[in-house]
Amino acid sequence: MACYSWGVVAGDLNTIVVQTGESVNRQTACPEVPKEPEPPFQTDAPLLQVRALRTNILKPASFALAAGECIAVRGPSGAGKTLLLRAIADLDPNQGLVSLEGRDRSKIPGPEWRRLVGYVPAEPGWWAETVGEHFGNWTAAAAALGKLGFPEEAKSWPIARLSTGERLRLALVRALIVGPKALLLDEPTAALDLASVEAVESLIADRIWAGLAVLWVTHDAGQARRIARRQLVVEAGSVREEVGQWPVTTSP
Amino acid sequence: MASYYVTLSYWDLALASVLVLIDAGLSLIFGLKIHRNLLIAAIRMSVQLTLIGLVLTALFSLVSPLWTGLAVLAMILFAGQEVMQRQDRRLSGWWSFGLGTGCMMMASVLVTAFALLTAIRPSPWYDPRYAIPLLGMILGNCMTGIALGLNTLTTSLMLRRSSVEAQLMLGATRWDAAAPVTRDALRSALMPTINSMSATGLVSLPGMMTGQILSGVPPVEAVKYQILVMFLIAGGTGFGAVAAVLGGVYRLTDARHRLRLDRLTAAQPI
Repeated sequence: MACYSWGVVAGDLNTIVVQTGESVNRQTACPEVPKEPEPPFQTDAPLLQVRALRTNILKPASFALAAGECIAVRGPSGAGKTLLLRAIADLDPNQGLVSLEGRDRSKIPGPEWRRLVGYVPAEPGWWAETVGEHFGNWTAAAAALGKLGFPEEAKSWPIARLSTGERLRLALVRALIVGPKALLLDEPTAALDLASVEAVESLIADRIWAGLAVLWVTHDAGQARRIARRQLVVEAGSVREEVGQWPVTTSP
Repeated sequence: MASYYVTLSYWDLALASVLVLIDAGLSLIFGLKIHRNLLIAAIRMSVQLTLIGLVLTALFSLVSPLWTGLAVLAMILFAGQEVMQRQDRRLSGWWSFGLGTGCMMMASVLVTAFALLTAIRPSPWYDPRYAIPLLGMILGNCMTGIALGLNTLTTSLMLRRSSVEAQLMLGATRWDAAAPVTRDALRSALMPTINSMSATGLVSLPGMMTGQILSGVPPVEAVKYQILVMFLIAGGTGFGAVAAVLGGVYRLTDARHRLRLDRLTAAQPI
């Protein structure tokens, strides 16, 4: 029986628990999780550890994310969800401790950190004219692109003619083929039809099963329940973990 | 061929100034409301040039490395001020003045010294009669190039922020992520130099060459000087622009390879 809530409740620095690799069992914070097969890479040692991470807008946030775990991030628009992801990816100036597999982020050069901790923004950017130019290795991307409904000839499609939904899915695959250990997703299914939402969720679920850790910003409570067992709530720049009533329904 | 030039009397200038007065009259007739500005500009021009004539006379008779150096420094500082004023968005703090000025100083002094020590070789090499006009021409063009290059850099980084950050997110270094914008900035910095080199002789006769011809230098000799100056300008603008644009990229990113547009001030009202 896995207890997924050993992570430190965000913002509450007095309760920081030193993670020693052993599971810290906090029954009060542990929701009723239905029994199901353990994913192969699920361990209790945190993959991504965030402690007192803050920017000039974001209040100190602390939580931990294990390999093969997905946390849903929710909260009203403008609350700071995107800022939280940008701060973890180290795209904005920030203070606090962030580590991956016990390696301190400040010891890892920025570009290498962002290859390890991928970030897909809500409005992905493009720097060349065609789709293919944005993928270092098109063959590596082909399988995932196929799952999301892109044909082989999508390589030569001009970026200017893509729909918002197509851009989101392409950006997701673009980030996945870099091979990150953790992935920060900012509303990756916001502009997608139902079939595409399912395809994206199942693609990410496969990666999570294989050990990827995911922080997933979503406005959709149903999606949050489908993809994650833990939930962070961001409100007015402060991040806290939602416990107790979560999750309400069983995982898929 | 004897070298001679026609000296002008102050009456000649007074006669020519009637043309400006006619302009002012036209402004009054058509209600353009620019006659005041026109007259002030004409007076300013006359006073400034008269003063610089006196300063140059003194400098040329002194042939002092100290005074020549001070004059050069003053020119560079004025040019730096001008570069700063031509930016829609400035770098914050000392960088707004320091970057453009430093790069111009480096490029124009280097290229002027190169010309003085290799091609022209006056004695002494810092003779202000050669050093100051040469530096002035190189500096003027370098200034235009750097101002354009920095302005293009900051404007395109603002407009193409998401594309630059998209590359950073995938693990690109700051230099790789900014490369497309850097290229655009350098291209726009060097474009005026390239255009003026291609148009020179067909569309425009450069001022320096025309001046030499008016003062009695044989045209072929004046042309040789002009070609030398054009090469110096191309070199100076190139060095200066590369240093300024790369310095701008350095300042607008940080050691963690983040894009730091917070180090730009808000757009200047024009």
